Amino acid sequence: MNFKPLFTLFFIAFMFSCKQETQHLTRIEGKQIAITDSLETDAGIEAFVKPYREHINKDLDSVISYAVATYSKSDGELNTAIGNLFADVIYEQSNPVFKKRTGKDIDMVLVNHGGIRSIISKGDITTRTAFEIMPFENSVVVAAIKGSQVNDLVDYLVTAKRAHPISKLNLTVDTNYQLVDARINNKAIDTSKIYYVATNDYLYNGGDGMDFFKPSDSLYILNYKIRNALLDYFYKTDTINPVIDDRFIKLDQ
Amino acid sequence: MKRRDFIKQSTAATALITLGGLTLPSFTAANASKHITILHTNDVHSHIDPFGPEDGRNPNKGGIARRASLVQAIRNENPNTLLLDAGDIFQGTPYFNYYGGELEFKLMSKLKYDAATIGNHDFDNGIDGLYAQLPHAAFDFLSANYNFSNTILDTHVKPYKVFIKDGIKIGVFGVGIKLDGLVLKNLYKETVYLNPIEIAQDMSRILKEDEQCDLVICLSHLGYNYSNDPEKPSDLKLAEKTKHIDLIIGGHTHTFLPKPTITKNAEGKNTLVNQVGCYGINLGRIDFYFDSDRNKTANGTSIIV
Repeated sequence: MNFKPLFTLFFIAFMFSCKQETQHLTRIEGKQIAITDSLETDAGIEAFVKPYREHINKDLDSVISYAVATYSKSDGELNTAIGNLFADVIYEQSNPVFKKRTGKDIDMVLVNHGGIRSIISKGDITTRTAFEIMPFENSVVVAAIKGSQVNDLVDYLVTAKRAHPISKLNLTVDTNYQLVDARINNKAIDTSKIYYVATNDYLYNGGDGMDFFKPSDSLYILNYKIRNALLDYFYKTDTINPVIDDRFIKLDQ
Repeated sequence: MKRRDFIKQSTAATALITLGGLTLPSFTAANASKHITILHTNDVHSHIDPFGPEDGRNPNKGGIARRASLVQAIRNENPNTLLLDAGDIFQGTPYFNYYGGELEFKLMSKLKYDAATIGNHDFDNGIDGLYAQLPHAAFDFLSANYNFSNTILDTHVKPYKVFIKDGIKIGVFGVGIKLDGLVLKNLYKETVYLNPIEIAQDMSRILKEDEQCDLVICLSHLGYNYSNDPEKPSDLKLAEKTKHIDLIIGGHTHTFLPKPTITKNAEGKNTLVNQVGCYGINLGRIDFYFDSDRNKTANGTSIIV
């Protein structure tokens, strides 16, 4: 017997059968279900997470330094104790790395006010404190920029009227927020000079409207996370006591 | 061919079809209705534990152990369920800082996620950091508009995947946001971003026409909508410029929608766009009902949101 016609027929019948029973989409229902405490907690998942959570908590809760007061980024107008600490720590921790690699010193530091994500509470400083202040993975970069770009940076700060954390830069404005004096390491800004400005990778790339870092003469990526700089500083510092100072001030008259 | 032979052979063929019908569930009873459930999350950002009772914004919300029990209950109700994620799995709690995403992937595998697309934050430990965690993910990563050919992720990310549930073919493809300006170049390295709208047009055609899918789903990390930048690719724009897509599951903009958005595609047909905020505090659920009964299908598709 020749089976070829049989299979051909089978195939045709099969195709026909499929076509006849094509599925048509008749109804769609869409909604959102809130994940709340009224839902049961899956015991297996919970047990799986537990050792990870305990390890992290033990590490995060280890005391590494002490704060004599509570510091908030809203406790000053143009400079704050926590912001000054933030910028000074970046300088203190990053400059040895930068100097070792390039033989040069960082001239100044600028990061952003919004980048301080939490307060430092009076009392024990733990690893968790550093994670709360700096939850993001941003790293320290040093941009080599012209003096004219530093002037743009100064204009940005004066216009913003915010306590963006700075270190090694001193600014004075009058009662109308007009620039009176701008100095780096106690010297006026020289437009013919190249300055080494430490910031983070987010701001270097124009974050928070900081468009003055580019074009940069060169960029040094230190592979040093801001949070790790804070942690390293806290490890070596028994007690922190930052203050509001004169690095960015408005004259009374 | 003699008529007698024809009848004989035709009878044999019918018998075979009936047998086939027993093993292929899609060809059973003439008016069988089918039900596919799509569950989805986006921008979970390493939020494994629920928010505490003191949290200022989301007290007592979220938590993967609760999501696990919810997903299981839905799977028990309808085994023909897919669980998908629209990216930014990484970054947001110390779980990521300490374990680099290992725990996120392991837990998503335990919840039996079927696929995820890649968000910008999934590059936070670099493309190498993402690659290093892939062995912990039992689900597929789908991205059609990131060309990873010259990166370590080459061959590890597929443009799309076709799932078959109860005989229904479900094509899922992924699209991601422009990385330049959002992710540092030294993190995403030689990943090439391609126009997501053009890629979505290709993908939806391939899935509908070549793969003959009954359902086409786009997993997107483009963002819901950019009213200040209407030219920027977004989920609403993607819906408007494509055809054949039934559902766009979005992410990136952490958009909380009061209900899924019904919008028109390039052919004037309805497309659903959904996004469920962030941090695992919601689960999206879209149910698709199919019918082969002509009387029921004559009225088109009704959408209830």
